[in-house]
Amino acid sequence: MSSVPPVRKELVVAATAERAFQVFTDGIDRWWPRQHHIGSSPLKRAVIEPGVGGRWYGLSEDGTECLVGKVLAWEPPHRLVLAWQITSDWKYDPAFVTEVEVTFTAEGPRTTRVVLEHRDLHRYGLAEPGYRKSIDSPTGGWGFILQSYARSAGAE
Amino acid sequence: MANASVATAFAALADPTRRQIFERLAQRTRSVGELAAGLPVTRPAVSQHLRVLAEAGLVAHERDGARRVYRIDPRGLEAMRAYLDRFWDRALAAFKAAVEGE
Repeated sequence: MSSVPPVRKELVVAATAERAFQVFTDGIDRWWPRQHHIGSSPLKRAVIEPGVGGRWYGLSEDGTECLVGKVLAWEPPHRLVLAWQITSDWKYDPAFVTEVEVTFTAEGPRTTRVVLEHRDLHRYGLAEPGYRKSIDSPTGGWGFILQSYARSAGAE
Repeated sequence: MANASVATAFAALADPTRRQIFERLAQRTRSVGELAAGLPVTRPAVSQHLRVLAEAGLVAHERDGARRVYRIDPRGLEAMRAYLDRFWDRALAAFKAAVEGE
């Protein structure tokens, strides 16, 4: 069985760690990909609620909330861990968890290194003992977001 | 990587029985009979699930004498990983623009 390596991204931004953390979380709506929405409910706003347990979701224009996951670690301005809970049926599943860890490390007065790791990707196929956590949340689809991803990726 | 292959892999793993089969194959290779013995589904049903998983590129089989032994085919998951890899490239480029925009 070959494991699936995490997706790891590293970039340097010309901003303080405080600002980078703030834009990543409170400002997610400003950068979350939203091109080419389909269906009758395009994404109106992307939201990460502050603090551990905060919800990560998209609000569609028809008022539906489409959950992505939740905040697992909230350590401004240095570290953020999000649960990405989109499962194989293109929907949010409270029992399915992959982790997105983002670290913000100051390298200068206005220079911050941002490292993002999306891990546990093998969980898309492997129901390892212990990975299923009970998370209180209504189910909600966000297939339109993933389809947007697909189209964005395909456009490159 | 075709997006269709990612969608196919997602769809194939939507079924809980197929996820269970996939999980068992992740532990070690197994025959249809071994898989059916540990699941509340018939052997023909297991075969059908394996066919769907194989079409999605998630499992493959080998011959062991007269029987087929099934194993995980990581290509299906690699498609999903590649998909997320490209997604984050795009998302983080937009993030950088937003951070540096003001």
